[in-house]
Amino acid sequence: MPATTFRIWRGDRNAGAFKDYTTDVTDGMVVLDVIHQIQAEQAPDLACRWNCKAGKCGSCSAEVNGMPKLMCMTRMDTLDMSAPVTVEPMKAFPLIRDLATDVSWNYAVKKRIRPFRPRTPDAPDGSWRMKQADVDRVQEFRKCIECFLCQDVCHVLRDHHKHGEFVGPRFLVYTAALEMHPLDTEDRLADLKDEQGIGYCNITKCCTKVCPEHITITDNAIIPLKERVVDEYYDPLTRLFRIFKPRP
Amino acid sequence: MASYQVHEHDVLVIGAGGAGLRAAIEASAMGCSVGLVCKSLLGKAHTVMAEGGMAAAMANVDDRDSWRVHFADTMRGGQYLNNPVMAELHAKEAPARVRELEAWGAVFDRTADGRILQRNFGGHRYPRLAHVGDRTGLEMIRTLQDHGVHQGIDVFMEMTVTRLLKDGGRIAGAFGYDRELGRFRVWKARAVVLATGGIGRAYRITSNSWEYTGDGQALAYEAGAELMDMEFVQFHPTGMVWPPSVRGILVTEGVRGEGGRLLNRDGKRFMFDDIPDLYKNQVAKDPEEGWRYVTGDKGANRPPELLTRDHVARCINREVKAGRGSPHGGVFLDIAWIKDRVPGGAEHIKKKLPGMYHQFKQLANVDITSEPMEVGPTTHYCMGGVRVDGRTQMSGLVPGLFAAGEVGAGLHGANRLGGNSLSDLIVFGKIAGEHAARFAKSNGAAAVNDAEVAEEERRVLAPFERADSGEGPYKIQQDLQATMQDLVGIVRTENEMAKAMDVLTQLRRRAGAVGVAGNREYNPGWHTCVDLRNLLICSEAVARSALARPESRGAQFRDDYPSKSAECGTYNVVVRKGPDGSMQVSKAPVVPMSEEHRAIIEENK
Ligand SMILES: Cc1cc2nc3c(=O)[nH]c(=O)nc-3n(C[C@H](O)[C@H](O)[C@H](O)COP(=O)(O)OP(=O)(O)OC[C@H]3O[C@@H](n4cnc5c(N)ncnc54)[C@H](O)[C@@H]3O)c2cc1C
Ligand code: SF4
Ligand code: SF4
Ligand code: FES
Repeated sequence: MPATTFRIWRGDRNAGAFKDYTTDVTDGMVVLDVIHQIQAEQAPDLACRWNCKAGKCGSCSAEVNGMPKLMCMTRMDTLDMSAPVTVEPMKAFPLIRDLATDVSWNYAVKKRIRPFRPRTPDAPDGSWRMKQADVDRVQEFRKCIECFLCQDVCHVLRDHHKHGEFVGPRFLVYTAALEMHPLDTEDRLADLKDEQGIGYCNITKCCTKVCPEHITITDNAIIPLKERVVDEYYDPLTRLFRIFKPRP
Repeated sequence: MASYQVHEHDVLVIGAGGAGLRAAIEASAMGCSVGLVCKSLLGKAHTVMAEGGMAAAMANVDDRDSWRVHFADTMRGGQYLNNPVMAELHAKEAPARVRELEAWGAVFDRTADGRILQRNFGGHRYPRLAHVGDRTGLEMIRTLQDHGVHQGIDVFMEMTVTRLLKDGGRIAGAFGYDRELGRFRVWKARAVVLATGGIGRAYRITSNSWEYTGDGQALAYEAGAELMDMEFVQFHPTGMVWPPSVRGILVTEGVRGEGGRLLNRDGKRFMFDDIPDLYKNQVAKDPEEGWRYVTGDKGANRPPELLTRDHVARCINREVKAGRGSPHGGVFLDIAWIKDRVPGGAEHIKKKLPGMYHQFKQLANVDITSEPMEVGPTTHYCMGGVRVDGRTQMSGLVPGLFAAGEVGAGLHGANRLGGNSLSDLIVFGKIAGEHAARFAKSNGAAAVNDAEVAEEERRVLAPFERADSGEGPYKIQQDLQATMQDLVGIVRTENEMAKAMDVLTQLRRRAGAVGVAGNREYNPGWHTCVDLRNLLICSEAVARSALARPESRGAQFRDDYPSKSAECGTYNVVVRKGPDGSMQVSKAPVVPMSEEHRAIIEENK
């Protein structure tokens, strides 16, 4: 295959610019292979994250021709190679260097979400009984590889920088996985409304479109959570009920 | 003024895979302050890639299963070089550790009556692997991570330890750098748990990530600890072979567990041709019986595709060498054939193996529900590692240094059974964490030696001084990988390994003069320079240990000694750094089995 030009963002927290690299693309290569090839042959200090090279760890997130992607799962033959292929870091997070961004905010957000609290075990050996049908939905959410591509694409974070008020789609999925876990007894609805800012989401579904795990983030996680919040806080009957029956 | 930042903890855990996280949780639960260091972001360690499941004799699917059968399977798989004390602990405690994950939020696939579902895997007599589709490792690491972050553990992400620090004989902490700014750190600790994983990057074709440069093994070796069983490198029989850029990426054994069959170019199911004696009584006599086995018929025996990995890998190697392979130098793995036999057909395959379906679709343009995959052996796992006490996981030579998970040795002997690693992580991660905490509580603070720190700073920075004169690190790494692949790979001979030893000597020289440009901030070239030493130590240990075992057993196949020798079955090969700095090889008698162990082996023959 012919030599292809890659336009890669090089820079750090202070400054940066695109730099062009030309390299040969061979059969079956993915974008991450190209980055590694450039690293080995032309730019040994080119920074990028990766681990599994198989779409399982969620490390290699970047924007390829403007689209949030896992570099290890983006085959070169799906891209137009007649024009330069751009590779740049995610935009919703501060840049560390080149293609690596500072995603520590995500870890801090997760830590604030109330952890799993199971009901008492069903069996004397400390185990529970759950039907497969009852865990299917939660398993869908637990497929998340924390690539943060959905966070990257969500306009509330990317364009409006509401990192202080809104946890982003990834952590709505995470909260949904806890809330819909058949064993969980914790209540996170107040947090969802206040700390997590679920109201900021206006269901544009951009997050669902980029999720490499094909999690139906909006339809299966966010909308049901929004409904629960609405039932709890804005439905007059529930509110009345709450006044008379304080929750534990 | 110190050029490094100092952190202080009772227990320092190096590595945040399943073993490290579990150790950190345990040490913290025992009231210790805990630091947890990892090279990547939290949740990205190798454990996340594990697919098939974790072995635990819960007997949810087949009530004939018990810790005794699991123990016997593990020992047989390891060809009796395992430490029986560890194999017993592992088999006994795995079920409780798995249930504990459920209590922390893990959501395993379920049986019809709502319990944790278990699947078949190579070398396990009964369906034993608790799993979540083919992303069990993700479930494990996420559960431990999400539980762990609420336990008050200090996590240091994207930091690399390059040296263990000592106070006289005992451990005093660790030295390393952070990736982002390249600044040095010193972690002072009363006890250190190594949980750094394996050495797969020493080979060209591997299922392992860049992290697997044998750091923990090399750190322990440099600190004076022993490494054991390093000759036993597991080549997983089924890695992807095409396209070239994905060569080595794992194809889970779960495919065969669900009924996948191996075929050569002529469409022949070649695994039926060669059944090892140790398993004669446990293999299906025809494909029909094999199919009954994978669909849960308790009276049926397993298909030969589900024999141990070393055997399956060698059979594939044989087919390819004999010219009966697939177009790109592998063989065919066919799961599509089960479509006509199960309700739901293609959908059933997608549901059971969603990760594999996507992996092949996206990376190779192959639809596994209608076409066979092309697969071949890939470097996968290191059975050897730091030699530890079977009950405490502490090194015998460096008090206060513990090891758990893939970096440790003993449980798996000459060959690991699939699924026995994830269970290893939680069983021995917990034990290491517990004993490290005890050690920290009963031993005072240790002092860090400034001269040792200064020496390490110089060593780590040296490649920058040769920015213009030195050779870059990538080519050296590639040459090392090619050497190990070609000369110390699946099939070994004395001549080839002697040649490898020469090449390794040259590579050590080249690595000693390696140079890198750029600055210290997030510089992968520099990190590769630093990793080279570790890869070289591990490679040398593999080659020397392999030479010290003139026989074929488990994962080691010697073309010049094609059979097992009774004498070689009596020892484990141990290496350590000698007083003159060279690697010394010795033979240690295997840990003897108790009467009860023997009886269990006998009853499960
Ligand atoms: C593709 C694949 C599939 C697998 N499937 C299965 C399966 O189905 N069942 C099974 O039982 N096993 C499976 N295995 C094996 C199993 O996943 C691994 O053996 C296991 O996860 C290792 O866990 P660990 O905790 O020992 O180390 P890891 O999870 O690898 O973690 C190592 C940690 O150490 C850190 N580290 C390394 N060096 C340093 C350093 N110098 N400084 C600081 N930190 C460091 C790393 O950053 C990482 O956090 C599979 C392996 C692979 C590659
Ligand atoms: S649907 Fe909501 S969370 Fe998803 S991208 Fe749109 S606004 Fe963000
Ligand atoms: S929900 Fe999907 S896109 Fe978002 S972090 Fe998880 S895997 Fe990535
Ligand atoms: S490297 Fe793991 S998802 Fe790309």
